[in-house]
Amino acid sequence: MHHISNMNRFFCIANAILPIFCVVSAGMFPVGLYYALIESPADYQQGDTVRIMYVHVPAAWGAMICYLTMAMASAVFLIYNQPLANLAARAAAPIGAGFTLIVLVTGSFWGQPVWGTGWVWDARLTSVLILFFLYLGYIALANAFEDPDRGGRAGAVLALVGAINLPIIKFSVDWWNTLHQSSSLWRIRGPSIVPEMLLPLLLMGCAYFSLFVVMMILRLRGLYAGRLLRQMRIAAASR
Amino acid sequence: MALFLAVIIRDLQLAKRHGTDIAMTLAFFVLVVALFPLGLSSAPVLLSKIAPAVLWVTVLLSAMLSFDQLFQKDYEDGWLEQLIFSGLPLSMLVLAKACAHWLITGLPMLLLAPLLAVGLNLPSKSYPITIFTMLLGTPVISLFGTLGAALVISARRPGLLITIIVLPLLIPVLIFAVSAIEATGDWSAIRVRLLFLGAILSAAIPLVGIAASNVLRQSLE
Repeated sequence: MHHISNMNRFFCIANAILPIFCVVSAGMFPVGLYYALIESPADYQQGDTVRIMYVHVPAAWGAMICYLTMAMASAVFLIYNQPLANLAARAAAPIGAGFTLIVLVTGSFWGQPVWGTGWVWDARLTSVLILFFLYLGYIALANAFEDPDRGGRAGAVLALVGAINLPIIKFSVDWWNTLHQSSSLWRIRGPSIVPEMLLPLLLMGCAYFSLFVVMMILRLRGLYAGRLLRQMRIAAASR
Repeated sequence: MALFLAVIIRDLQLAKRHGTDIAMTLAFFVLVVALFPLGLSSAPVLLSKIAPAVLWVTVLLSAMLSFDQLFQKDYEDGWLEQLIFSGLPLSMLVLAKACAHWLITGLPMLLLAPLLAVGLNLPSKSYPITIFTMLLGTPVISLFGTLGAALVISARRPGLLITIIVLPLLIPVLIFAVSAIEATGDWSAIRVRLLFLGAILSAAIPLVGIAASNVLRQSLE
């Protein structure tokens, strides 16, 4: 009962903030893309190819945030046995897999003209590919059991073990001498990126983030409905 | 400690009685390695270049075939449940199982590897490093495979599922092992890679112990 009231309270808040994030996401994407594709200057070395960055980098943030969400939700589920956390981890996984796919594909498009190759096996690229496989493994494992709770628990352990990969992705460009350039935004002395390029990047970051929130809430609703449906079916069958 | 050894001895005895299971894994290992020289018969130079990768990828793939039954039978016949009352911590059980698995599959593969390396034209000065990487790498495979086997107890399609969830976790082992063998002659480069493998192994022991015992407890609830 306690859990059900929790769920209701959560969905009250979620439903209230959903329209806000819908509007923000719908508004940010055109503005961000306008600045990214038209208003911002071309790079002096890369030319217009640099514009791929505005799609690529925020998607990478999204992929990491998704995994972080999934790992934290998994930890909460394992420790406090909170069903909402199980749903959250399940909801985040396909979204994260989608973001990771965007990162890999756009990165490949960017690499083709700039590096002369669509793919290299350097530390950053390989660790992001592993992230993609971890998402797929989680989805496969979480859905492989008759009992969704058991699947959620098994998946949660895998998500936590895979979380080792996150710092490896983040710092791979600093630890190893890779082809992938290191971050020019998160630096102690402030970003080394010009303001005209920083603005569209941040706009796109906000757009991606609000899209993530919208998709999370929609998927959580769907998963919760599916769960209620399952409980009703079981109750009907056992009557 | 006596219980720890008892679990290992029990698994070894079981393996002895179902000897064909190990033989099949090893046969798969030898067969797949043998396919490469046959497929590349026109390019022996290329073969010796890709030999470390062939060896290691085949080790990973054949190990994957040996995990799906690791806990399933123990779970079905109630042995796993009984073990909780034995007083042996579940994490020790997990490590004992991984240990036994390594003795049953990892060690034979390690012993076969030099023989297969001859067939793959691996330069003879790479042999000691190959053995070293296997010595450090195959226990990691056994550990992560044990975790995978615990995760997929009573799942649908356990064999395929283990492969999908465990192989990504083992990519670092493959990378460091193969690059160590390829760095033959450059001692400092080899040392760095072997240290990485050792670090992965020493991190995997507690990690798998904690994670897999947690999973086993859940599966018994």
